[in-house]
Amino acid sequence: MDYATLLQVADSTVRLSVPLLLACLAGLYSERAGIFDIGLEGKMLMAAFTSAALAAVSGSVWIGLLAGIASSMLLAGLHGLASITFRGNQLISGVAINFLASGLTVVIAQAWFEQGGRTPSLQGAARFEPITLPLAETLQGVPVFGPLYAELISGQTALAYVGFAMVPLTWWLLFRTRFGLRLRAVGEAPEAVDTAGVSVIRMRFAAVAIAGVLCGLAGAYLATALQAGFVREMTAGRGFIALAALIFAKWRPWYALSATLLFGLLQAVALRFQNIDIGTFTVPVQFMDALPYILTVVILAGFVGKAIPPRAGGEPYVKER
Amino acid sequence: MTAPAIELNGISKAFGPVQANKDISIRVMPGTIHGIIGENGAGKSTLMSILCGFYKADAGEIFINGTLTPIPDSQAAIRAGIGMVFQHFKLVQNFSVLENIILGVEEGALLRPSLAKARKELQHLADEYELRVDPDALIQDLSVGHQQRVEILKALYRKAQILILDEPTGVLTPAEADQLFRILERLRAEGKTIILITHKLREIMHITDTVSVMRRGQMTDTVKTKDTNPQQLAEMMVGRKVLLRVDKAPAQPGANVLEVDNLRVTDDDGVDRLKGISLNVRAGEILGIAGVAGNGQSHLMQVLGGITPGTGTVLLNGQELDLTGKSSDGRSRRKRGIAHVPEDRQHEGLIMDFSAWENTVFGYDDDPAYQANALLMDNGAIRAETAAKMERFDVRPPDPQLAAKNFSGGNQQKIVLAREIERNPDLLLVGQPTRGVDIGAIEFIHKRLVELRDAGKAILLVSVELEEILSLSDRIAVMFDGQIMGERLPGETDEKELGLLMAGVREEAA
Repeated sequence: MDYATLLQVADSTVRLSVPLLLACLAGLYSERAGIFDIGLEGKMLMAAFTSAALAAVSGSVWIGLLAGIASSMLLAGLHGLASITFRGNQLISGVAINFLASGLTVVIAQAWFEQGGRTPSLQGAARFEPITLPLAETLQGVPVFGPLYAELISGQTALAYVGFAMVPLTWWLLFRTRFGLRLRAVGEAPEAVDTAGVSVIRMRFAAVAIAGVLCGLAGAYLATALQAGFVREMTAGRGFIALAALIFAKWRPWYALSATLLFGLLQAVALRFQNIDIGTFTVPVQFMDALPYILTVVILAGFVGKAIPPRAGGEPYVKER
Repeated sequence: MTAPAIELNGISKAFGPVQANKDISIRVMPGTIHGIIGENGAGKSTLMSILCGFYKADAGEIFINGTLTPIPDSQAAIRAGIGMVFQHFKLVQNFSVLENIILGVEEGALLRPSLAKARKELQHLADEYELRVDPDALIQDLSVGHQQRVEILKALYRKAQILILDEPTGVLTPAEADQLFRILERLRAEGKTIILITHKLREIMHITDTVSVMRRGQMTDTVKTKDTNPQQLAEMMVGRKVLLRVDKAPAQPGANVLEVDNLRVTDDDGVDRLKGISLNVRAGEILGIAGVAGNGQSHLMQVLGGITPGTGTVLLNGQELDLTGKSSDGRSRRKRGIAHVPEDRQHEGLIMDFSAWENTVFGYDDDPAYQANALLMDNGAIRAETAAKMERFDVRPPDPQLAAKNFSGGNQQKIVLAREIERNPDLLLVGQPTRGVDIGAIEFIHKRLVELRDAGKAILLVSVELEEILSLSDRIAVMFDGQIMGERLPGETDEKELGLLMAGVREEAA
């Protein structure tokens, strides 16, 4: 494998990691606050559709992005209402959101655009374009680093940069601010937060809302940056892979970055090497496509070690009695 | 005359149909330690939770230092200078001490200045009240006694003038409890007002200035501690005379039922928990094992009960028991005639979500008497038998369908005892029989244990309550660090001597 191929795979890894990373961080905020979020997939899917639809109609990707975030937050609010206010089961609420998004996106897309559940292809200002960082052209000639800078670091879309910037930001927010302290506490021992005079409900809603924004970004990235439009079920299980990455990352931001890059790499490899010949035997394409998912199971089963989830995760907060 | 630090006026609170507090009025003067005593479920904790804003009262008024102060939430209680140390600590286990202390009272949006300030303030409080804890330690690594200190520090850091402690010694060793009392006396000397909730009469007599007695959600009376005595308080709590000493005839011991020789247990972490225990229990006697919790008593019970493996020789009625765990477990032990009332009844003695009748057959569920045919159990018969057992053991309410978690601690224990005692075992292993059990039930449980002894059965009793050991046992063995420090006869020893043995002081040195 030469250097150019390696760079291509790396570039592809980065692109495919971004939605996983954003969704994983969304789950991190939510679960750190004690709310399991199995509805990452649904929120992403809804945001993907809404952003693509609004971008197609308005011709502006930014309007699409805002609409995508809004739709994802709406579902997040629903999750909050069901699981925080009404103390419902968080898994059921999450599953319901996934079904809701899966059905609604296709139905609305068909009724609106009549293209078999797709949105029209996005072009020009209706899509996030790669941003060429300064000096990318000039440094092209420098050996090794030049192509690396031009191919990998430069030339990503705005949302990708936002996604990677979220990692240190999340770490800082979680471990260096009052908000983070309370957020972590509410997922570990909500009764401690309550007796300290801080509203458990407000903290949890804040966390769920942040998860909504991040899923919105992830969905919009899928439909307006990675692809050029919405197709049905385009999230393809990324929300669940993000959840797996979250456990793999032990609910920590920097680990989340490594975990999602690993899962992104698996997807990139599957895309790049569709047919691998081993002797006379050709590995079927389907197997390569399934590989990231198989490896997800293998990694989770074998390599996670002891992952201790937030102690109050999944339990609605009720004062004793 | 100074205004009372706290004055409650006509406080009432109901949970559904249960009236937890009924028209309660109380006055506590500043700079005093005020005890609130009552049986489990008398409404003590509810009342205090109202005072610190955790629950909202249905009716009534709260005056703090003479001014009417509504306390709708925790924030308001903190502002009013009230701090509470709950029975179950409200701490974040994987946070450091400092992080727990500043939670909710951070200085600003960033943590660094708050942490720095708390560190300084903590040093201050440590010097002033002898409340020392490592500020950077994680809560989960601290002993229960230290966790409690963190709770007290939390309250003091919030400038609490009134400190409420709910059953603070329930989880402490005697030494830790004494330390706590010294801290409380120090706080009182500094002018703080302290409310101590407990059901231990000894503590009330030892440290309080005034004491209020609660019974069934109502305040029975408030008296000066020096004008009362334990007997009178106990009567006020339960509404009738109780025996604090157990009435029992001298034991008539028979042959050895249990003979233990050089019993050793090493736990999963490779720590030696039992280091060569030898003892014997005869028919018709109670052998009491005294000791500070965590000195191997639990492992002794578990290895005899067939739950953990060990090495050594254990003879039951002259026949050897398998200690390896390969061909034995709790069930086979029961078949051999060893009944086991575990120390932790909520986790090992009962399944809390299961009903009383289901709980009364665990361990004996393969008894032919419970089977209707080859496939099905005879639930009707089990229910009827449970109802009869509940009657005999005075379990309240006597409803076999009620889930175990809905009974009070004392009644849960009676259900476990009914299950184990009524199988007529040769040997009864019983751990902490009255932990978290109210006085009325303690009396009943003690009586049943003595009856079983008088029926010629052997009883091995493990308890951290010295009073219980002294009044129930016919012989006392003291455990320390996985070893038996010595054996004493209850008539020829006292709490002081046992206390020294429990602390690991050998007789020669003492």
